[in-house]
Amino acid sequence: MSLDKATVARIASLARIRIPEQDLDGLATELSKILGWIEQLSEVDTSDVPPMSQTAPAKLRWREDKVTDGGVRDKVLANAPDARDGFFTVPKVVE
Amino acid sequence: MTADRALTALTLAEARAGLRAGDFTATELVEAHLAAMAEARGLNVFIAETPERARAAAAESDRRIAAGSARPLEGIPLGIKDLFCTDGVATTAASRILDGFTPPYESAVTAKLWEAGAVMLGKTNLDEFAMGSSNTTSHFGPVENPWRRRGDNRPLVPGGSSGGSAAAVAAKLCLGATGTDTGGSIRQPAAFCGVVGLKPTYGRCSRWGVVAFASSLDQAGPITRTVRDSAILLTHMAGFDARDSTSIECEVPDFELAMDRPLKGLKVGVPREYRVDGMDEGIESLWRQGVQWLEEAGMEPVEIALPHTKYALPVYYILAPAEASSNLARYDGVRYGLRREGADLREMYELTRGDGFGDEVRRRVLIGTYVLSAGYYDAYYLKAQKVRTLVARDFEEAFRTVDVILTPTAPGAAFAIGEKEDDPIAMYLNDVFTVPASLAGLPGISVPAGLDGDGLPLGLQLVGRAFDEETIIAAAAAIEARAAFEGEPGRGGTAP
Repeated sequence: MSLDKATVARIASLARIRIPEQDLDGLATELSKILGWIEQLSEVDTSDVPPMSQTAPAKLRWREDKVTDGGVRDKVLANAPDARDGFFTVPKVVE
Repeated sequence: MTADRALTALTLAEARAGLRAGDFTATELVEAHLAAMAEARGLNVFIAETPERARAAAAESDRRIAAGSARPLEGIPLGIKDLFCTDGVATTAASRILDGFTPPYESAVTAKLWEAGAVMLGKTNLDEFAMGSSNTTSHFGPVENPWRRRGDNRPLVPGGSSGGSAAAVAAKLCLGATGTDTGGSIRQPAAFCGVVGLKPTYGRCSRWGVVAFASSLDQAGPITRTVRDSAILLTHMAGFDARDSTSIECEVPDFELAMDRPLKGLKVGVPREYRVDGMDEGIESLWRQGVQWLEEAGMEPVEIALPHTKYALPVYYILAPAEASSNLARYDGVRYGLRREGADLREMYELTRGDGFGDEVRRRVLIGTYVLSAGYYDAYYLKAQKVRTLVARDFEEAFRTVDVILTPTAPGAAFAIGEKEDDPIAMYLNDVFTVPASLAGLPGISVPAGLDGDGLPLGLQLVGRAFDEETIIAAAAAIEARAAFEGEPGRGGTAP
């Protein structure tokens, strides 16, 4: 599998990472090499093999439906690069 | 003040006995280690030193020891990988994107250690977001291995990603350290630095408060100078935690008691697939030696097959980046860490993440995004999850016949800083022997077993059944006793 520059730019946009134009060619080569190496997995017959997402038992625990945490607004906001009046701030999203 | 080498040379178990007997105080023990850390700053092991906190904790330990109410790890100074959130102490994951982040909470594992009386000396350096095998991807610069090749003073990597923790333990800057292991990040640096590293069964230690890399694989564990010390630390790191949805409800034994377990009659598996091309001859003969040592301890060697071994690494390099791309989506410049202003929200995200992530993290997030993207999910991600099943089944099959599996920890010894930098795949191959057990969620321990031709440490790995850390501890103790590994790496480094 070979990735071209445009594909790398598209993935970077999906991942919300700004990549300088001059890095795109190098990344396309690097990522193509990694994906090429990964492709050896196609040799393995996986028909009738279930996918594995966890080594732990897949069943999630139940708990009582009650509040177990919270009430720490100021602690949460203390790390925000910009917070005002008890809120996180972001650039304007609605005109 | 120069470091008191008699105190920093103690093992954790010896220091525990000395403190209880009143041979020295916790304050003296902590001061000796703080002085050692100051001597070793050229190794760039610590991202942050926390001397005030250490001194206050040591004073509290001395009060408790005097009052006869000492806790199990009372006064034991530790290094903490800077991937564990520590209340009121900046936590960076060695990334620029967490610039300025100070957690208002304590990770479950470190909270347990402090409850047991342990003392934090500082936060140790690592690969950025634990992504790396050489500790060269840290935003805070590479860590230097305290070991050097004989007759060659070029700085070597300590391995990664828990490179700072392993180097700190090897240079005797702390009695033990925490690490995390996703594909080998405890065991491989332990091998490179000539120390012991134990990755427990997935689910043994809570992931709560540990900066996430690949959640289906991440697991915390100890790095120490002896097997006994790792057993002691693990006892106080493990345990069920309802805040981690994959934490396992399972009793935590006193792992130290496993040191003396008889091995007679148990079987050790030797997987033929781990004899890879280009493996260092020194490692191959050390592996044979390891089998002999376990035979002397009464174990019976059995050749086993783990046929999907060669596919474990490519599986890992799909699954771990996929999980990472999802986990790292939270770094958006809004709630914590770095922020680069943009004209709109999207530009703010892109500039923040473009500036905040280093090259390796960027590479992995892109790979992860790609393999999860529409049209490629089945071909890459789902395929990798299926092959993961086959890798895990290989182990299940093997453990029907054998009780532990012995392998080398890594295919070679520590390499020079800068080597393998321009070839990601060559770097990834460092984890070829550690990744399979990670995919299967099994416990593994690396024990220093000898030196290579250049005088650098080499490690052997023991892999056990799920939740049977005790048998690998016992077998590792048997190797440790026979290997009589020795070496005195320095504290000199070249970092500014």
